[in-house]
Amino acid sequence: MIGSLPYVAIVALLLIGLATIVLKQNLIKVFLGLVIVESAVNLFLVSLGYREGGIAPIYTNAPEGTMVLPTPQALTLTSIVIGVATTALLLSFAVIVWRKYGSIETGFMRRLRG
Amino acid sequence: MIPQFVVEHSPALMVVVPLLAAFVAPFSGKVSHAARAVLVGGAMGITSLLALVLASDVYAHGTRIYVFGAGSAALAVPPDSGGIPVRIVFAVDQMGALMLVIAAVSSLSVIVYSLASERGHSGLGNFYTLFLLMVTGILGMVSTGDVFNFFVFLEILSIASAGLVAFRIDGGPAVEAAIKYFVLSTLGAFAILIAIGIYYGEYNALNMALIAQRMQFTLLDKVALALFVAALAMKCGAVPMHFWTPDAYSMAPSSVTALLVVASQASLYGLFRVVFSLYGVVLNAACVGWFVIVLGVLSMVVGVTMAIPQKNVKRLMAYHAISQTGYMLLGVGVGLAVLGNRPFLEAFGYMAMEGGLFHIINHAMYKGLLFLTAGAIFYRVGTYDLNRMGGLGHSMKWTMVFFIIGALAIAGIPPFNGFASKLMIYESVFAFNPALSVIAMVVSILTLASFVKVFHSIFMGPVLPEYRDVEEVPLPMLAGMGILALVVVFFGLFPSLVVDTLVAPAAHALADRGMYIAAVLSGGA
Amino acid sequence: MADILLVLDTGTGFWNPVAWILGAAVAGAIALLLYALGERGYKEGTPQEEPFLSGNPEPGGGLLHVRAGNLYWGFLDAMGGYYERLVSLHTGDLHDYVLWYMGISALFLVAVVVFR
Repeated sequence: MIGSLPYVAIVALLLIGLATIVLKQNLIKVFLGLVIVESAVNLFLVSLGYREGGIAPIYTNAPEGTMVLPTPQALTLTSIVIGVATTALLLSFAVIVWRKYGSIETGFMRRLRG
Repeated sequence: MIPQFVVEHSPALMVVVPLLAAFVAPFSGKVSHAARAVLVGGAMGITSLLALVLASDVYAHGTRIYVFGAGSAALAVPPDSGGIPVRIVFAVDQMGALMLVIAAVSSLSVIVYSLASERGHSGLGNFYTLFLLMVTGILGMVSTGDVFNFFVFLEILSIASAGLVAFRIDGGPAVEAAIKYFVLSTLGAFAILIAIGIYYGEYNALNMALIAQRMQFTLLDKVALALFVAALAMKCGAVPMHFWTPDAYSMAPSSVTALLVVASQASLYGLFRVVFSLYGVVLNAACVGWFVIVLGVLSMVVGVTMAIPQKNVKRLMAYHAISQTGYMLLGVGVGLAVLGNRPFLEAFGYMAMEGGLFHIINHAMYKGLLFLTAGAIFYRVGTYDLNRMGGLGHSMKWTMVFFIIGALAIAGIPPFNGFASKLMIYESVFAFNPALSVIAMVVSILTLASFVKVFHSIFMGPVLPEYRDVEEVPLPMLAGMGILALVVVFFGLFPSLVVDTLVAPAAHALADRGMYIAAVLSGGA
Repeated sequence: MADILLVLDTGTGFWNPVAWILGAAVAGAIALLLYALGERGYKEGTPQEEPFLSGNPEPGGGLLHVRAGNLYWGFLDAMGGYYERLVSLHTGDLHDYVLWYMGISALFLVAVVVFR
């Protein structure tokens, strides 16, 4: 039971993130929802590689015993970097929308439709 | 003629060259316009050449495996790894090679075009950086054999495209379009990442071939399949997840829109790769096949009907892009639906897939051409509003000719290439389900009707007083359009040549999952 | 070889683009012939050259051009009910875009899990 706690947290974070994206009007909050979803995904990746009692997968002078899996950590790092780039780009978009539209509510951002 | 070294390392070089050039481009602009043009154009030319070299090598010698960090392709699965390909592997089979050809030809003609069309604008260094990053993303996506690597290239592509969609802010709507596109594609990418995590957790592998070999089709695999397919269907603009497409396509600079079409095709490639190579007959092919078919039919009908009342020429063309994507989904979906049924597959399944794949390459050419002509008109007239255009046929004759070629091709009028692929789709889909074929034909007629309207309102009529001194666009823009127009005409005149050499091997490679797995795990054919 | 170059096999039928082009060329030649038989004896520089507008003066300044917004009015009007629903679906609201995507994902997930 306690072992599946990370997965419960992942699902909870996913739901919180998606709900934020769908329900919040403010663009910054929508983007924060995306960041929460991203955290959920990163947590998912990292917890995949966790082995109970495992040590960090650094081979130099490593003591005997199980190591946690290095690959998911590499994936998570990559995904964090991509997430930073994504968030930065989205926030810079929000700045421009604020300047040009005078509001960052999604309801105002509907000039393109039909 | 081409050194063996280059052929051998072409998979890595074709990604490295645009990636490096992307980050040198802003500095070269400090030297002079000409230096940047030479750098960007040269890098793109080399990249296209490398992609074509690789593609021709694949067509001649079968699937190419390129292992990063190993001396030879035979080391794809190191002997001491327990049968797991631990390194990042590029695996280009005939299907990937087809996409490479598309990406190479389109992006080359687009860059030739944009060197002229973007010349007067500011921020060009960043523009070409993002442009080349987009090319990197597309080429990487269609050649990688590693699911996580696929995700990385997908994100490179998304970030670069979002930046380019918003590039000409245009009072805000361009940024609005970019936000919509980017929020959706980021969500889609996270869905894909969750699916990748599921594969890793289940099979301890990120290599597509190994995942495919170990595929059990458990409940978790079904979840991963749904996440992957829905995300990639959204990225290629299938109805009813298409809403971002007209926004982003209409607001991006025209040269970028032509490349966005290729980016959508790359997502489509990813969709087919996942469904056919990762899952294949393991999944309930009829169910997923019908899902793809339904998406395709919806895309065709909704896309074309939404196009008819549009006033903005690029928005109209974007809806047509959605509609044409429907044909590809329909053709390949029929192939997928009968994947487990050998007699049906032989009778019409392969033909439907060939039609769908042939339509991908045709669509990339004529839709790219149409977006470039829209850009050429904007370049001279300064508006995309169809109501404010007219009589341009008097002054922009070459643009008009290219537009006619593109419009007839998209409407499926012989002897242009769109007719050949649509004919293959009609006849093979008719054998599967006549109603689908009838819908496809009706959509084609509506497409023609819509482009007659566009042609009339842009080019016909007397010279309008406000456009009295409009001239033809500069030569490089015409050259970019000309390359695509030539390809459109050539493919239309010799469709069987293209089908036999490029498309049929791709369709068979896509349907033959075992071959792909064996090729990667044994280190290349 | 010529067969491979020219005939596209479509499974149940075939198509030959070059034969089609020859046919189109013949049809074009006939059309050109008919066109060449037209009236030559008109007087240049007289009102005979102008388009027939019931004697009204030709409107200038782009008024002669039928603009895009006026084309297919009948079609759009006849399909009014369909378009009303379809266009109103394209709200332009980011939330709707996301909801559609999530809804289709969920639908497909259910379909894959149920149909086995």
